Amino acid sequence: MDIRQLYQDVIVDHNRSPRNFRRPETIDRVAEGYNPLCGDKLHIYLSVVDGKIADLSFEGNGCAISIASASMMTEALLGKDESEAEALFKDVHRMLTESDFAADPAKLGKLAALAGVRDYPMRVKCASLCWHTWLAALTSTGAEAATARTE
Amino acid sequence: MNQPQAASIKDLPDFAAIRADFPILEQQVHGCPLAYLDSAASAQRPRQVIDAIADYYRHDHANVHRGVHTLSQRATEAYEGARESVRRFINAASSKEIIFTRGTTEAINLVAQAFARTTLKPGDEILITWMEHHSNIVPWQMVCEQTGAVLRVAPINDRGELELDAWKKLLGKKTRVAAFGHISNALGTINPVHELCAEARRRGIATVIDGAQALPHIDVDVRSIDCDFYAFSGHKMYGPTGIGVLYGREEMLQDMPPWQGGGEMILAVDFEKTVYNELPHKFEAGTPNIAGAIGLGAAVAYLENIGMEQIAAHGYELMRLASEALLAVPGLRLIGTAEHKTALVSFVVDGVHPHDLGTIADHHGVAIRTGHHCAMPVMQRFGLPATARASFGIYNTEAEIDQLVAAVRDAKEVLG
Ligand SMILES: Cc1ncc(COP(=O)(O)O)c(C=O)c1O
Repeated sequence: MDIRQLYQDVIVDHNRSPRNFRRPETIDRVAEGYNPLCGDKLHIYLSVVDGKIADLSFEGNGCAISIASASMMTEALLGKDESEAEALFKDVHRMLTESDFAADPAKLGKLAALAGVRDYPMRVKCASLCWHTWLAALTSTGAEAATARTE
Repeated sequence: MNQPQAASIKDLPDFAAIRADFPILEQQVHGCPLAYLDSAASAQRPRQVIDAIADYYRHDHANVHRGVHTLSQRATEAYEGARESVRRFINAASSKEIIFTRGTTEAINLVAQAFARTTLKPGDEILITWMEHHSNIVPWQMVCEQTGAVLRVAPINDRGELELDAWKKLLGKKTRVAAFGHISNALGTINPVHELCAEARRRGIATVIDGAQALPHIDVDVRSIDCDFYAFSGHKMYGPTGIGVLYGREEMLQDMPPWQGGGEMILAVDFEKTVYNELPHKFEAGTPNIAGAIGLGAAVAYLENIGMEQIAAHGYELMRLASEALLAVPGLRLIGTAEHKTALVSFVVDGVHPHDLGTIADHHGVAIRTGHHCAMPVMQRFGLPATARASFGIYNTEAEIDQLVAAVRDAKEVLG
């Protein structure tokens, strides 16, 4: 298989210039994600207003797959309500792990570019770390950083 | 002495013929010839080792040290013969000093539990270094928790060399154990083990050397090094997984209580009192990894046949050539530039995360390791989450270095 199936232009672009890569001035909810296997570390900052994701940004260090995945996730989730967001997470997760899952481009948008990751089992966690971290932020209560790990 | 000398690869023995001994290397990965550059994680096995194990299972297997029947005698002879081969290979005084373990990790844990745990008092100190593999850190942390001893860590410099003066200063009145690697798996640095052991000996401090990366690359003579303990793994020196060795000086081992109890390690058991077996069996409870030991013996014979001097020159030369070729790639930085170094290169490339590099290299048939190499303190020391590491074995060639460099250039292009 061609390596560019994995590193599609969108992914390369989001890695080179990640969107919403910042720490907000006032932190509403935050979670730290860590993949001990490769050392990838992310902070996801989330603000929910009236049940909708009003702000979502991240900072961190990781491979192109993890940075691009986080960047695209922030774009995809902004403005969504919690149940829409969770439904999207489910689809992304299936896309990353089930070989016969046909991603619906209408639902997944740019995120569909990550479908190639499922052919690289060692890299799936790179793409899913930000999503687990986002979920930890969503379900966190205080201002203390919640943590997510790819076990 | 221990530093391999530069030599032109053309002057070395026929390493192409050596390569032909390794059947696993004759394969394609993603349509490219496999360039296996991950021998520091685990080396491949030559036919001679594979055959020795298969022959043993086909013809000679039985339990050791137990039966009077023919197969048991053959198995025992082969197992003890492997011990003698290892003794000769590292120049130990007696085969009683060669204890078979599962690997380096188990060997270090054995010293930590049977020696350090039983002798250390609260406030005593164990000195390690910043460049250790986790298996030469965690067992000592556990002993510290169990005994109240304190772990001290000697610093390394920006080239990835142990800071000798600082290490010596840390050898204090309370230091009981000094543990250090012979060759760093993350940086390639060769430590001056003779000097370290002499300093420790002068102060009556026990020395424990993690030799996992040294055995496959340089001549190791435990009596010349004058260490108390020396640990290594079969699978890094072209032998099987699941077998390794703890060398311990006989006086030290005699004084240590057994670590695990069971069969093999006893002479007589009654419920009042059990009499422990002689060395080395006192430390080999249970049925051992007989085939593993025999495979290790075959690996030792294989290395002896080529000659460690030649092997050392080859590993050093590949490291030198790879460093030169990689440094010609813009934005590439070597991590670990010790003056005394061999057999591997650790590096990072601007704009390319090591994991992406690893995946792209794999598409070129190049197997390299990416990550923290089980040496997270080393990564912290250099402020990096991970590096890419190409490590060399006796079967690697200059052409494979070219293949690696092409893969690195392609990764830059894909991610550029
Ligand atoms: C320097 C060093 N020490 C210890 C080990 C652990 O060896 P093993 O996993 O065979 O016990 C390794 C191998 O990963 C190593 O490179």
